[in-house]
Amino acid sequence: MGHSLAMALLQAHTSETVTEPGQIVQCGVDLVLANDITAPLAIDSMERMGAKRVFDSERVVLVCDHFTPNKDIDSAEQVKRVRDFAARAGIRHYYEGGACGVEHALLPELGLVGPGDLVVGADSHTCTYGGLGAFATGLGSTDIAAAMVLGETWFKVPPSILVRLEGKPQRYVGGKDVVLHLLGRIGVDGALYKALEFFGPGIASMDAEARMTVANMAIEAGGKAGLFPADEVTFAYLWSAGRRNDVALAADEDAEYESSLSIDLDQLEPQVACPHLPDNVRPVREVKDVPLDQVVIGSCTNGRISDLRQAAEILEGRTVAPGLRLIILPATPRIYRMALEEGLLEIFSRAGAVIGPPTCGPCLGGHMGILAGGERCLATTNRNFKGRMGSLESEVYLSGPAVAAASAVAGRIRRPERI
Amino acid sequence: MSGTARIRSSKKEASMRYTGKAHRVGDHIDTDAIIPARYLVSTDPSELGQYCMAGISPDWINGVAQGDILVAGANFGCGSSREHAPLALLGAGIPLVIARSFARIFYRNGFNMGLVLMEVGDQADALREGDQLQADAEEGIIRNLTSQQEIQVRPLPDFMRQILESGGLVPYVRKRLESTASG
Repeated sequence: MGHSLAMALLQAHTSETVTEPGQIVQCGVDLVLANDITAPLAIDSMERMGAKRVFDSERVVLVCDHFTPNKDIDSAEQVKRVRDFAARAGIRHYYEGGACGVEHALLPELGLVGPGDLVVGADSHTCTYGGLGAFATGLGSTDIAAAMVLGETWFKVPPSILVRLEGKPQRYVGGKDVVLHLLGRIGVDGALYKALEFFGPGIASMDAEARMTVANMAIEAGGKAGLFPADEVTFAYLWSAGRRNDVALAADEDAEYESSLSIDLDQLEPQVACPHLPDNVRPVREVKDVPLDQVVIGSCTNGRISDLRQAAEILEGRTVAPGLRLIILPATPRIYRMALEEGLLEIFSRAGAVIGPPTCGPCLGGHMGILAGGERCLATTNRNFKGRMGSLESEVYLSGPAVAAASAVAGRIRRPERI
Repeated sequence: MSGTARIRSSKKEASMRYTGKAHRVGDHIDTDAIIPARYLVSTDPSELGQYCMAGISPDWINGVAQGDILVAGANFGCGSSREHAPLALLGAGIPLVIARSFARIFYRNGFNMGLVLMEVGDQADALREGDQLQADAEEGIIRNLTSQQEIQVRPLPDFMRQILESGGLVPYVRKRLESTASG
């Protein structure tokens, strides 16, 4: 049986012969990632393992992005632990303060991930790098501790679901709409233990950022990875991130897939996920009157420069609806500076938005935009579980940046065309 | 109450057997429900255990006794990679989760932390709130002492058993490091 892209990527990192899904293989890893919530547990586990050092101080990345700028004493203590460990272990890629951004936006722009890489992170959205052709997946802190020490981990070879993208998306339709639509079709466990592999002519019309948005939410279908084959678009992005020597891996022509489906981008409308699961998806057109208290634009899903540009296009010359809070969090310092230089931050400020620092913040109900009971938020983030952003009595809807910006202006969920 | 079960002498096997009362939760119970993010400023299981399932109800934990067994629907533990989720369950006194299916990161985390997980598919429906259960995770057998029914699933994969036999992933790696250092 030929290799799927997932199998080809695992094969490139193991001395065993990858033959079929279900097989357990030991793989060497290229990069190991943890954040301010998950690194402290990994450090604990490393100490209990009796490990004195990491396998390679250049290949362990620590990003303090979740509760930073530190929201309280406990979170400050956690970050201090990570910082002290990084210094002790000689970790080159430690990020905090003005160098820090949301990890899955930060690593690609720093050129730390690329096609063919095997990346494991103690964060479920590590699958984002599949948008660049890397096999990347989230693990728990102790698995990450073992990978930090040994430079390897085990994988059960996943079966793959083939997702064929046809056509070209219309204006105001982006990566988020593609992945929300997919989630609506296959459900929050539709890719459980499996890899989602995207291919087809529609890929060419999606930039690297849109692909990362799609790959980012593979986990929302239970997926182990969401993979795009690297192409010229990928290599152009990697070039801008300072990478020069990447090589693309591809699936074999006789690869077998567990199932396949196809999405016609021409026909795709802006989508929204309604409370309280990311697969409760419908076209924005079909969502009845939903007044909003808050809109958040940011996160590892949609806090990149293309997302901010799309929001600014709608917000320019307009103002946020009375009584609604619009919170915009550029995902990295570099994105922040680009938004500043391009005049986007001025547009946001004049529209009445709160512009915050790069942080995961409200996405996981950490800080900087927590919801009270009975409040309703539309966010460009990735999860709308009950209580995710605050009170158990609050509601979160998910969309792309164009719908979020239009809805902030309207004060209720609205299609961008109707602004 | 274990009179009908064969008693085995092996310590290892005894450590994979559990008896307790079933607590049922539904499908797609996510890690934010198991332990909301606002409590992730601690890594202490007993502290996390106080807030176990606070995302469903802060009172949920009050009905749980040491050694009780959680029975869940599909995709249990979906969402974030936080290891605080299995730690919160262990801290709440729950040693075993039986589910229709598990989210993949949670599945790895559970075994790595020493929380035993049994995936039983549709047979999860036969286990009801308050049933007295007796489970042998190694053999893949669950006896419902209340309904007198028995569920048989596939035994644990060898690899997972090796990790559990070591006492979790931490001792597993420690042994490996020690053998490298001495060899």
